[in-house]
Amino acid sequence: MIDERFDAIVVGAGMAGNAAALTLAKRGMKVLQLERGEYAGSKNVQGAILYADMMEKLIPAFRDEAPLERHLVEQRFWMMDDRSHLGMQYRSEDFNEERPNRYTIIRAQFDKWFSSKVREAGATVLCETTVTELARDDHGKVIGIHTDRRDGEIHADVVVLAEGVNGLLGTRAGLRARPEPDKVALAVKEMHFLPRETIEARFNLEGDEGLVIEAAGTISRGMTGMGFIYANKECISLGIGCLVADFQRTGETPYGLLDHFKRHPSVAPLIAGSEVKEYSAHLIPEGGYKAIPQLYGEGWVVAGDAAQLNNAVHREGSNLAMTSGRIAAEAISQLKSRGDRMTAKNLSLYKKMLDDSFVIKDLKKYKDLPILMHTNSQNFFLTYPQLLSRAMQNFVRVDGTPKAEKEKMTLKSFVKARSWTGLFGDAFRFARAWR
Amino acid sequence: MNAEPLVRVEDKLYYNRYLVDVGRPHVKVRAHTTPSPQLLALLKACPARCYELNDEGQVEVTVDGCIECGTCRVIGEPTGDIEWSYPRGGYGVLFKFG
Repeated sequence: MIDERFDAIVVGAGMAGNAAALTLAKRGMKVLQLERGEYAGSKNVQGAILYADMMEKLIPAFRDEAPLERHLVEQRFWMMDDRSHLGMQYRSEDFNEERPNRYTIIRAQFDKWFSSKVREAGATVLCETTVTELARDDHGKVIGIHTDRRDGEIHADVVVLAEGVNGLLGTRAGLRARPEPDKVALAVKEMHFLPRETIEARFNLEGDEGLVIEAAGTISRGMTGMGFIYANKECISLGIGCLVADFQRTGETPYGLLDHFKRHPSVAPLIAGSEVKEYSAHLIPEGGYKAIPQLYGEGWVVAGDAAQLNNAVHREGSNLAMTSGRIAAEAISQLKSRGDRMTAKNLSLYKKMLDDSFVIKDLKKYKDLPILMHTNSQNFFLTYPQLLSRAMQNFVRVDGTPKAEKEKMTLKSFVKARSWTGLFGDAFRFARAWR
Repeated sequence: MNAEPLVRVEDKLYYNRYLVDVGRPHVKVRAHTTPSPQLLALLKACPARCYELNDEGQVEVTVDGCIECGTCRVIGEPTGDIEWSYPRGGYGVLFKFG
């Protein structure tokens, strides 16, 4: 029975929650962390890439003991039409460094380990417990939580909501709106198992080297979306995601899209003969800067996916989650050490600190890009990939057509599909949203 | 368009582990005679195909294979078509890899 009072309650044991609970516990605060899964990680779904710089700020020596898959030495971007892909590939020996920059990980395994460090730091971690409601006093201040495990409330000075993209608590309590269908993507993923040597041969990898392929184009059938292929040690994470609003509008099925992606001639040989061991799905915040809700209030803060902190352009989310969780904890412990109360006014320190970090700065940089991509998805995800693929084929296929004529044909196809105004407009709008 | 092979979602779900909370579904569909466009969208948008039409043309949900993504909540909760909660602690899908 938990009759005691805590300095802080952390809801959720994903990247944001673990970062927050670890940081709070390390600073001597009495922390209770709640997780609905049978263990921390069993409900957590991601591609997944781990960003070492942000992880080091939490556990400097994580490389020595964390379950990591492969460090990334290569990134491929594929623009796809139905039969081809036009690729950009960056591989560097620089990434074979002593302290690699990015790793593939398997979230259920990584988070379980991460959680063990949270316990070691002194936090009380309670799994198999769903938080059902926030407890509030007569003035509306958050003073604790209710769970499905026992009657009554558990009290704390502050509640850190790290409940994920689909966080119910904050919405139910009216602290933030439910994500709208055009602000979240649904991604589905399969884990394809193959012998290590096969993966290394197919992707041209040695030892623990790893690789990421990100793919866009006709695979999303005109919807705003992307496919991904990540090489782990003995399996390949393969998936595809599109805006929920687009699924709703088009009636495409997520599993239909996934299967289509798997059967693409550029993808099929990579996973041939694999054994699938899991099928998962997850929402990804895609609204960017403009979708960030209120981040703090009387007795509460929100971090990670629950705060919609995801950089859709760079496909970064887990690092924003762990950084926001850490910064929330640092703000809280600063207040605590000064003897300040956890009021909204004081907790605004969290937002101030987050505004000064890469998290908000990066999201601000791309603040107009989500809307541009979402409203022009036909052009960016269907028309242009098809045009570029044809242009490339026209360029490399040798068939006796004079080159000047070929160039004219390519240009004509672009103007025909988008018009001069359209082409310049797209380029201008894209450049403006990017800068 | 060329015909696409039928994707059997139940085969995909078979890879997963679940602890089903028998008799306590965490998602419920509001009783209706004619389904709303939002409810009909769930027939296709749910990645685990938990939503199906019954013989009377109403949308029903079976949550046993649910992978707890929240897509149906985002689409169907605003109109009151569905009620969405997380499963009780420890129940639901148990990801090995995630």
